[in-house]
Amino acid sequence: MSWIPAPVSRFFHRTSSPPYFYALADRFIPWLTVIFLVLLGAGLYGGLYLAPTDYQQGDSYRIIYIHVPAAWMSLFIYVLMAVMGGIALIWRMKLAEVMLISSAPIGAGFTFVALVTGSLWGKPMWGTWWVWDARLTSELILLFLYLGVISLYGAIEEKRAAARAVSILALVGVVNIPIIHYSVQWWNTLHQGPTVSKMDKPSIHVSMLVPLLLMAVAFKFYYLIAVLQAAKLELLKRETSSQWVKSLLEKQA
Amino acid sequence: MPIIQAFWAIIRRDLLLAFRRRAEMANPLFFFVLVVTLFPLAVGAQPNLLRAMAPGVIWVSALLAALLSLDGLFRSDFEDGSLEQMLLSPHALSILVLGKIIAHWLVTGLPLLLVAPLLAVFLGLPEQAMGTLWLTLILATPLLSLIGAIGVALTVGLRRGGMLLSLLVLPLYVPVLIFASGAVDRAASGLPVNAQLNILLAMLLSALVLVPLPTAAALKMSVN
Repeated sequence: MSWIPAPVSRFFHRTSSPPYFYALADRFIPWLTVIFLVLLGAGLYGGLYLAPTDYQQGDSYRIIYIHVPAAWMSLFIYVLMAVMGGIALIWRMKLAEVMLISSAPIGAGFTFVALVTGSLWGKPMWGTWWVWDARLTSELILLFLYLGVISLYGAIEEKRAAARAVSILALVGVVNIPIIHYSVQWWNTLHQGPTVSKMDKPSIHVSMLVPLLLMAVAFKFYYLIAVLQAAKLELLKRETSSQWVKSLLEKQA
Repeated sequence: MPIIQAFWAIIRRDLLLAFRRRAEMANPLFFFVLVVTLFPLAVGAQPNLLRAMAPGVIWVSALLAALLSLDGLFRSDFEDGSLEQMLLSPHALSILVLGKIIAHWLVTGLPLLLVAPLLAVFLGLPEQAMGTLWLTLILATPLLSLIGAIGVALTVGLRRGGMLLSLLVLPLYVPVLIFASGAVDRAASGLPVNAQLNILLAMLLSALVLVPLPTAAALKMSVN
């Protein structure tokens, strides 16, 4: 471990202690909320007001400012969960387990939002709520992967063991995501010509792109806030009998 | 005992146990035939429709049959304590697990090869696709056992793991289903299927190498 600078490793060791993490999360959340609200406001203003109307899709393209960041987040969170799972399995870090578990419902939520907004967008554009398009299908399967993680964790009584099981599942899932994605894409092109591939590489104008990126960063901050809140709750649930939780409760009472 | 002997011993033991309960061995087979029979009853008996659906129907049924048989992979060993013995043995658990998976495939996956052509004839699949159907079954049913083993290992400690197992395993089966039924579909229309078969083979080889590791880790988690 000598190649990791001492302050960095000290930071990680300290952060991985539950009471320290709890206090740190408490300190960070207000700041994160402010940044999130500013980015969200700027992104929505830019996307819904400043950005020009699309010459083909009219105003209905503006759902992109929710849909695309949510879809990005759904993949990003799953990969992050697999990283946490790896850390939890290798170093047995309790905090990584907690973060992994807390991320799963948020990721499932983003996946669901991406699916719903996608189908709301598909109705005016393609004329149907659902097409068996490669991206929609692999997003749906991703939702099932998330649900599998959540229900596996719920099914195992002993929470340390459950966290290890979920870590293994997240790692297996992340190996499979690219395979699933490309197989679904190939399956689709086998059956019919790419009917929606004009969506694949939309050459997007800067005035539309900037709000999209702002929204994407805003979603990242939202995820941070949500995951810290969920992790705080999970830590309290896991460590009800420990000294720091008791003194925390006494202080608040 | 060297590891290779332990590996064969596990396979021999599991096969012996399976042959002692021959009635159970036939169950996945009956299930496979039954599910395929349900489709003409549900969608109507038009030969054109059935012929178009045949690859998909056969493959979905094979997948469900594999899923149903998965629970037996580690269940009895978990209950009678043999699994703990395997954990305690000096050999790498992943190798022993691989032996168990292979034995499981020989008992549940291989018999599907025998009835699949018959069902294909029932559904009117063109004869030129028969060879491809066989090849995909040979390549992909071991994949079903391998991928499923991870799910079983994760849920074997749970009393009611059945539904959860399908939720965990079915999304991971999607690529297998796509390439296997896609290959049969193409063969039925007389198109080349090399790409699909190559990909299935590649997936099988990587699964053979990779799957035993998480399965062993999950079993350790389930037993403790």
